[in-house]
Amino acid sequence: MTFFEQSVFFGVSVSLAAYGIGVLLQKKFKFALFNPLLISVVLTIAVLLTAHISYDTFYEGAKYLSYLLTPATVCLAVPLYEKLSLLKSNWKAIFAGILSGVITTLCSVFVMSKLFHLTHEEYVTLLPKSITTAIGMGVSEELGGYVTLTVAMIIITGIFGNVIAVSVCRLFRITDPIAKGVGIGSAAHALGTAKALEIGEVEGAMSSLSIVVAGLLTVVGASIFANFM
Amino acid sequence: MKYVKEFGIILIVSLVGELLNYFLPLPVPASIYGLVLMFLCLMLGIIKLSDVHDTACFLIEIMPIMFIPPAVGLMASWDVIQANLVAYLVIAAVTTIVVMAVSGLVTQAVLKKGKKGAEKK
Repeated sequence: MTFFEQSVFFGVSVSLAAYGIGVLLQKKFKFALFNPLLISVVLTIAVLLTAHISYDTFYEGAKYLSYLLTPATVCLAVPLYEKLSLLKSNWKAIFAGILSGVITTLCSVFVMSKLFHLTHEEYVTLLPKSITTAIGMGVSEELGGYVTLTVAMIIITGIFGNVIAVSVCRLFRITDPIAKGVGIGSAAHALGTAKALEIGEVEGAMSSLSIVVAGLLTVVGASIFANFM
Repeated sequence: MKYVKEFGIILIVSLVGELLNYFLPLPVPASIYGLVLMFLCLMLGIIKLSDVHDTACFLIEIMPIMFIPPAVGLMASWDVIQANLVAYLVIAAVTTIVVMAVSGLVTQAVLKKGKKGAEKK
């Protein structure tokens, strides 16, 4: 497969084509599981496995898509700035929501880790699962967790959050746009935020804010919770 | 040139974020420094909204696509996940639902309380 190893456009093309199919499927069947991101990831993995192309070979080209991730995250400040007055007048509720989200993540990981008899290393690996990848990796490393597993859990959490966001809000009767955004962002970081931005401007802005605040609170919270098990 | 200028400003903010990440000994990634920095620059009027708005909207719109490569990376870390697959998947699913519900409901409850308080006054 020397061609694929040298191709600059293969990784990006496969990703975009798979995403396109995902968007088409979602339009045709209005069903949460036909989530473009989920479909594109599954399809891309299927293509790579069938053609015996390694992840490294794929990433050699696909990394150009991820190159944009940092600038795009920086741009999340724009919708947030546009909703500044909303943030100013509701900051107490927003902060209370994000803080309760962070504490709930840490407590629920603690309880579930006990339940599944996980080791201390596995437990600290899972603590930063709901925050943005780059902060999560740092936290996991600091606490002596398995960084690759943290990254995998963060991505699984994100995809899952992206897929179920609308259903969870409906099920628990979360109707306020600010509350929706805070919930989605605190639980499923940037991948959830991508969905929040599709739902609405306010949801997206609040979800963006939650990534930052939840990420920073988790840095402190996880180091405290690491001592519990 | 409009888009080149906008993209240039966004990249410069990202670059300063990288510099902060490099020099400050905190587990905060370049993207988060950049986000906070961009927000401050907009608040202080150092960057005008119209100077970045259109390109920012475009980048945010295509953001889900940027997650495909790292998510496909699950394929490479399969061995680590497989060791305790059921536990990890259950934990990921349950905590995500619980956290989304709790933080959403808490926000909604405090918002309602605030509105009621405002009406009484």
